[in-house]
Amino acid sequence: MNPIARNAKDFWTGFIYLFVGSGALIISRDYDMGTAVKMGPAYFPILLSVLLMIIGIISVLRSFFKSGSPIGVVAWKGLVLIVASTLLFGMIVRGAGLIIALPLLVIVSASASARFSWKTSLAEAVGITVFCIVIFLKGLGVPLPILGSWFGN
Amino acid sequence: MELFTNLGLGFSIALTPMNLLYCLAGVFLGTLIGVLPGLGPTATIAMLLPITFTLTPVSALIMLAGIYYGSQYGGSTTSILVNVPGEAASVVTALDGYQMARQGRAGVALTTAAVGSFFAGTVATIILALFAPPLAAVALKFGPAEFFSLMVLGLLAAIVLARGSLLHAAGMVVLGLVGTDVNSGIQRFTFGILRLADGIGFVVVAMGMFGLAEITRNLENEGDRSTVVNKVASLMPTREDWKRMIGPILRGTAIGSALGILPGSGSILGSFAAYAIEKKVSKNSKEFGKGAIEGVAAPESANNAGAQTSFIPMLTLGIPSNPVMALMIGAMIIQGIQPGPSVITEQPALFWGIIVSMWIGNLFLVILNLPMIGMWVRLVSIPYQLLFPAILVFCSIGVFSLNNTEFDIYVMAFFAVLGYIFVKLDCEPAPMLLAFILGPMMEEYMRRALLLSRGDPMVFFTRPISAALLALGALALIAASLPAMHKKREEAFRE
Repeated sequence: MNPIARNAKDFWTGFIYLFVGSGALIISRDYDMGTAVKMGPAYFPILLSVLLMIIGIISVLRSFFKSGSPIGVVAWKGLVLIVASTLLFGMIVRGAGLIIALPLLVIVSASASARFSWKTSLAEAVGITVFCIVIFLKGLGVPLPILGSWFGN
Repeated sequence: MELFTNLGLGFSIALTPMNLLYCLAGVFLGTLIGVLPGLGPTATIAMLLPITFTLTPVSALIMLAGIYYGSQYGGSTTSILVNVPGEAASVVTALDGYQMARQGRAGVALTTAAVGSFFAGTVATIILALFAPPLAAVALKFGPAEFFSLMVLGLLAAIVLARGSLLHAAGMVVLGLVGTDVNSGIQRFTFGILRLADGIGFVVVAMGMFGLAEITRNLENEGDRSTVVNKVASLMPTREDWKRMIGPILRGTAIGSALGILPGSGSILGSFAAYAIEKKVSKNSKEFGKGAIEGVAAPESANNAGAQTSFIPMLTLGIPSNPVMALMIGAMIIQGIQPGPSVITEQPALFWGIIVSMWIGNLFLVILNLPMIGMWVRLVSIPYQLLFPAILVFCSIGVFSLNNTEFDIYVMAFFAVLGYIFVKLDCEPAPMLLAFILGPMMEEYMRRALLLSRGDPMVFFTRPISAALLALGALALIAASLPAMHKKREEAFRE
């Protein structure tokens, strides 16, 4: 039987542990192992990456023998929009400034909701932008521009 | 009595107008985020951490502490009125609290929760004042080997107390440890990216894994909320109610206080355990799930007690027992205070000021939550689709302001994806974040211990305290993996 179908959670968790563990092990080989008396930069990571790989292998093996519950619904739309709106905010906040970046962050992320409506989101975007400029910029002195460098500031 | 002198010092610190104000601000914010479902204390404290840079250390910690235990009060309001837990620790309160509300006894349920929480908070404050100093005195004698073993014990306990598979929790811990990077002389795991040379801030990780990933999880199922009970009639419990709540409050406080000290749990486990035990011992056990007052009194006392006693390992050993405490340690380091057993002796004003402020904060909370309940009831009805974009905005600006770099925003987005993947795989992120914070300390203590023992790893087993700590951890892990215990553990989390 296909292990991914039988116990997807065990399989994929084990896969991630194995992937990260082996990755860390390969990278750590470039560093100095040192000795127990004088631990080098590689000592601790190598110890742990081996441990992580062992846990990963057990988890993958277990997925062949023990059935588990399925992964369930994945909020793809939510995940993509939340991450995309956050990345977008990071990319344009200095260039465009808060007055453009904040409303975009609010509206793009809000559209992830099944109950999204333009009217309420636009109102919220205005409210949050004003609030953030007053509290974070004026009040707490966070060095972010209201209008960014793309507009010649 | 030294204790009274110390408490006197604490009152003189906590009662200054400035600190009273920050205490009030903390518990107010705590209640607010407790009432709002989908926004927890971890994400909130992470968001507010940059703001505390400007405060004095005492004010900063008083406010952050208030947010944590305040959220335990607020969480119950939403559980009772909407049948949606405002806070993870209030999940079980919804079982009986909402039923009471449907029977028109919402006010009584709220009063029960507040009275239980206040009593538990008072007892937990006394426990903290009595037990923290001697514990710290013992910890002052610890060498690097003992500290290393203590952290191993903490992580093993976090594995045992995590929800879901033991194996996966262990993996999360090791994953967090691998991800750490410290002053090892050369740059590790930077992938040639200069920005990663200083390591990844745990606040960024916490906001991604707790703030953003949680939003995504909530978007999976935007199903209709249960009807909000808007009318809160009489707040006053009857004589019979008072009689029935005394036992559960006492037991809940004891269970919550004990479990709160354990690493990896904080307030959540206590509330589950208190409810389960109350259901077993109560003579009204048939009423549970149908609006038993005991089912509100016990878990609400337990979660507040646990939230406060979880400060004990943080203040005495400098070791966080849950992500919230890890953020508190972060706040201390930012303020230039080295967390550890010497905090009590070197910073008595800070230590006793925080303890006394907790009791004052509990007093504020009763006032905030009972006479002013109407305001919170209105807040409960804010729809989530308005709430989460605001959370996202605060996370993004908060994370930026840590180092004034947009790179941290990208890292946060990365951990949001990772956090959501782990949610889907039933791997709890809390043990990983704990390990992520303990990792650098563990590596440093291991290095020092091995240096002192000339490279002999047996040092962890030959020094008695260190050996005892490791044995305790191993015992907990073995006990939890025994088939009989395994089933019990699953039951405890299912309720």
